[in-house]
Amino acid sequence: MEAMTEIGVFEIGMTHYLVLGAMLFMLGVFGIFLNRRNIIVILMSVELMLLAVTINMVTFSAFLQDLTGQIFALFILTVAAAEAAIGLAILMVFFRNRGIISVDVVNRMKG
Amino acid sequence: MVEALIFYMFAFVLIASAVMVVVSRNPVHSVLFLVMAFFNTAGLFVLLGAEFIAMMLVIVYVGAVAVLFLFVVMMLEIGKVSMKEGMVTYLPVGLFVGLVLLAELVFVYLGWEMAEGAADRRLFPTPDASEVANTHALGQIIYTHNVYLFQISGLILLVAMIGAIVLSLRTRPGVRKQDIADQLDRRREDAVELHKVESGAGIK
Repeated sequence: MEAMTEIGVFEIGMTHYLVLGAMLFMLGVFGIFLNRRNIIVILMSVELMLLAVTINMVTFSAFLQDLTGQIFALFILTVAAAEAAIGLAILMVFFRNRGIISVDVVNRMKG
Repeated sequence: MVEALIFYMFAFVLIASAVMVVVSRNPVHSVLFLVMAFFNTAGLFVLLGAEFIAMMLVIVYVGAVAVLFLFVVMMLEIGKVSMKEGMVTYLPVGLFVGLVLLAELVFVYLGWEMAEGAADRRLFPTPDASEVANTHALGQIIYTHNVYLFQISGLILLVAMIGAIVLSLRTRPGVRKQDIADQLDRRREDAVELHKVESGAGIK
């Protein structure tokens, strides 16, 4: 419980893991903005963000001694797998129809 | 000390491979760095004492999701992409949004304090690891208290599977396939014609 108060370099506490999760989440957001050529990398960035959230869940679960976070992480894993499958299937259909998966073109998907 | 070094090793490789996922030009390299990020996260989870989630991460993410990504990337033949114009246009926006998010999250963490008596309100307190293993404890909770959620997550996967099949299934014209019903439906009268051929005349 006192993990938050002591922030030493060699004393790994909750903050270390939480900052790591925040950095990973930031990289995911950054990747979404950066990649305009290729939707697959955007999907990968979304996976990175989900991974960051999972890290946060497991961190709180471990440091607060409550297993609920780990159960939630399991469900996040399930939804991430489903999301990846559906997203990639949509991508395949789009590529088959257009022959390109650039972000600039995909906004024509409506209608 | 050793734990800290291991943490820093995993964390550094994780962040480095996440950066490579984002900036790599070749999508195949991106997927492989994603796999590396998943492995390092699994290591961190083992360090945290969540072995089951760590193994799930390796099995589900590396074994299924990353391989799915790899399949699609290799199937679509995208090849290398030039990131130059995208980089220049969107780099400031992406950096700005990302850094603002990061700063907000770090501020929240630094100012966060646990409420008084929150420790007594835990929903499923972690049992002593020497008595009940992590996997065992998780199983007890999932199959007794969260069984409906468990079933629903199975349903989500089923829906995702059917959705992916329906989306990617197509009937191509001009492909010859075996149609068993059609074969069994064939009668002698449809297929064979008998003609009386006079000698020396042939069939016209």
